[in-house]
Amino acid sequence: MSVSAQPLVAEHGGEHRDYGGAKLGMWIFVFTELILFGGLFVAYGMYRAMHAHEFHKASGELNLTLGVINTVVLLTSSLSMVLSIVAIRLQRKRQSMIFLACTMLLGAVFLVNKFFEWKAKFHHGLYPGSEHLMARPPGERLFFGLYFGMTGLHGLHVTIGVVVMSVMMVFLARDRIRHDDFIKLENTGLYWHLVDVIWIFLLPLFYLAA
Amino acid sequence: MSFTMQHRAEPPHIVSYATFIKVWIALVVLTGLLVGLSLTHRPNLALLGLLVITPTKASLVFFYFMHLKYESAALKYMVAAAIGVLIIFIGLTFSDYLFR
Repeated sequence: MSVSAQPLVAEHGGEHRDYGGAKLGMWIFVFTELILFGGLFVAYGMYRAMHAHEFHKASGELNLTLGVINTVVLLTSSLSMVLSIVAIRLQRKRQSMIFLACTMLLGAVFLVNKFFEWKAKFHHGLYPGSEHLMARPPGERLFFGLYFGMTGLHGLHVTIGVVVMSVMMVFLARDRIRHDDFIKLENTGLYWHLVDVIWIFLLPLFYLAA
Repeated sequence: MSFTMQHRAEPPHIVSYATFIKVWIALVVLTGLLVGLSLTHRPNLALLGLLVITPTKASLVFFYFMHLKYESAALKYMVAAAIGVLIIFIGLTFSDYLFR
């Protein structure tokens, strides 16, 4: 059976499949994520408008180099993710698994960088509720609260993404994801790119605000 | 744009490796430009980066990496509606702050 002739809802040897429905469901989940992070971006925008000078000053304390490196890491992981999907559709299973492994590795590199970045902040007494932070002006407290909250929630998404990809890796190995049935991998890709898009906005808001 | 069952049922055509690599290069170049603008320490240029370059990067990811360019018109309208709702939220909140 050719790929182009695949109906919307189909039975494949007793297995029920719905390519369009599966993808639509994932997009609707993506919308909920946009609204979730959107709310946090609104909170950031309002507090920044109220405490422009303090946000500017606190942003200067973030490690811009690490922020930019992590941006390139995530952008590259997004590339390897789409290449993994293209590879499986071209029936190159091994290549698809290698690209997926690269994506997982880059996701892990992102988290390791984040760990060192947060560790340095904690070392300087900067963590939510710390005495050092509570002694600083309200705007700076809000900036670091939003920074830990938003990059923390984003980091949680990266962690979940890597876990989901490891499951996809098993599916690929066992031929549960094939050139004619790749929606699981495609939906994992949609999630991963969303995580990338959110970081694209976090970079200028936190690291470049100074 | 056709809305028939057959059209929606087809997985979008396979995009070449080269297309995605070009998009990735564009994203990295735009990131460099964004950082460069912010390092000029001129608030107007940095704001331009935030309001123009960042949404451009997000659009590239949506249209190419998330395959939106190759999806049905119905899905494109849904994405536009979701982003529209987000923009209304942001707009209303800021207008409340500005004209309080």
